[in-house]
Amino acid sequence: MAFDNERIEDYKDIWVFCEQREGKLMSTDIELISEGRKLADERGAKLVGLLLGGNGIADAAQELGGYGADKVYVIEDEKLDVYTTDAYTKAICDMINDKKPEVFLVGASTIGRDLAPRVAARLHTGLCADCTHLDINMDLYTDFLREASTMDIDNMTFDMEDTNLKMTRPAFGGHMMATIICPRFRPCMATVRPGVLKKAEFDEKKAASVVVEKLQVTFAAGDIRTKVLEVVKEARKMVDLIGAEVIVSVGNGISKDPEKGIKLAEELAEALGGGVVGASRAVTDAGWLTADHQVGQTGKTVRPRIYVALGISGAIQHKAGMEDSEIIIAVNTSDDAPIFEVADYGLVGDLYEVVPAMIADLQANIA
Amino acid sequence: MRIYVCVKQVPDTSGKVAVNDNGTLNRASMATIINPDDMNAVEAALQLKDELGCQVTVVTMGPPPAEGMLRELMAMGADDAVLVSGREFGGSDTFATSQIIAGALHNLGIGKDDIVFCGRQAIDGDTAQVGPQIAEKLNLPQVTYAADIKKKGDVLCVKRLLEDGYMTIEVQTPCLITCVKELNEPRYLTVKGVMENYDKDIVVLDYEALKDEELIDVDSIGLKGSPTNIFKSFTPPQKGAGRMLAGSVEDMSNELVTELLKKHIV
Repeated sequence: MAFDNERIEDYKDIWVFCEQREGKLMSTDIELISEGRKLADERGAKLVGLLLGGNGIADAAQELGGYGADKVYVIEDEKLDVYTTDAYTKAICDMINDKKPEVFLVGASTIGRDLAPRVAARLHTGLCADCTHLDINMDLYTDFLREASTMDIDNMTFDMEDTNLKMTRPAFGGHMMATIICPRFRPCMATVRPGVLKKAEFDEKKAASVVVEKLQVTFAAGDIRTKVLEVVKEARKMVDLIGAEVIVSVGNGISKDPEKGIKLAEELAEALGGGVVGASRAVTDAGWLTADHQVGQTGKTVRPRIYVALGISGAIQHKAGMEDSEIIIAVNTSDDAPIFEVADYGLVGDLYEVVPAMIADLQANIA
Repeated sequence: MRIYVCVKQVPDTSGKVAVNDNGTLNRASMATIINPDDMNAVEAALQLKDELGCQVTVVTMGPPPAEGMLRELMAMGADDAVLVSGREFGGSDTFATSQIIAGALHNLGIGKDDIVFCGRQAIDGDTAQVGPQIAEKLNLPQVTYAADIKKKGDVLCVKRLLEDGYMTIEVQTPCLITCVKELNEPRYLTVKGVMENYDKDIVVLDYEALKDEELIDVDSIGLKGSPTNIFKSFTPPQKGAGRMLAGSVEDMSNELVTELLKKHIV
């Protein structure tokens, strides 16, 4: 279906896809609703959450309101209880064609990244992947560039009236940044990297006043071409890197004795007040830690209060996932390791010697 | 039964990344590799070929030198290769790219038992968008993040990874599957394979060959036709260099902990 450019002005409002699993909202939903509120205010538009799921899912709508949604469209249908690409794509495309949002945001979870491209292709519109920053207002965007780029913003000219959604994402492991727009098609779509945008404060009054509108979707035979046989939660404990205050990550430097290296990282995290162990790709590839520990472009983006890199050389992919941490401490045997370029404190030495000394000093001073 | 595997040649970003003065990637100065996830997609196809004896076709969109990559994949065991290449295709975003590749696959023909494999995402863009967008253009069901694939009659049973576990999904052929590295260990190419494939013909589909293809709208491909445009690209400022601590292990540790205490970090 070709998009009719003439009707671009008909597209209003900011929409957020609110993903649920087993009837529970994802923390990315709250991040997106909080950010969506900011964008809706910049544009003078309404912020609408989209909540799709099985019976009873409407109960989660108030929470979305409390973080800033003006309105929540809910579709309760047993075919939407568990995610399938076909059912969700159809339900969402039907709603978008009917109600015409200007912006549609989706969390870049493994499900969001399955859904959003399919929806964008069906609607014939643009989609920007894994965004880390969003703006509509040009004053705010140029303020952002002043902070986040090396460009001489005050000697550049911009169309300050531009109202396109400006979607910024890291390219090539954060070595470059690109701001993408979608000027000719609507809705303008973005997936947003989990853990990057800040959550707003929850407001009881707003939660109570959110407008909830229930909608329906009709599925024809053959609309849903996959069958989910089972959904299995892994028994192992997931590492919550995203919310952690302290992360101690290990890299290839633990290859001499991975078990001992990981144990030292755990002890150091404990001595720093309690935290979790992260890893570079080399470590998860080698199987010393599972993939959910991985920090970096293909792993998780983190910004803890304290990030310690033990034996991590600092490939750009890794740096992209941790360089916004408040304090970075790096330990590496090689004094020209790139990790030291982003470290607040660099210690050149063998982690098997340095870390026990750090643990002892911390325990002696904090006890 | 034919399996198509969509592959991409990418700059090797695991080493040093070279950037031009204007902020674009200096591709010419960087080594190229076959996108890692695509290798898992090729291996998945070759395993089904070993089991069922089907035809495996590798397909890429890119400049003519990508031919070398296609020959390597034939040396691994792919039967034939298709290069989709044309100046008109340059600058395409994921929407435009998937439209062209879908058009090429449609042109080659997708039968009832056929499967399209892609890697989960390419390391140069990390979007993971082209696979699902090809599936949509071809009106095929999709399963992404595949970590295990079993064929049972005309259905595939796929283990689909989630952040906190997995789903088992049954999907009918024809379908499109995107593959993750947990799926398999890609095999090496063989000397015999290299010898047999160094001068084998590669099918080239250019703009002329595809412009009348029904899935391709020539006004929505290339830089101009792509729905998304780059508004600005820029380099982030380097974070101010931190402090390298000096002295013995004990000195460094002591100084660090003193600093952390002084600044109320711990």
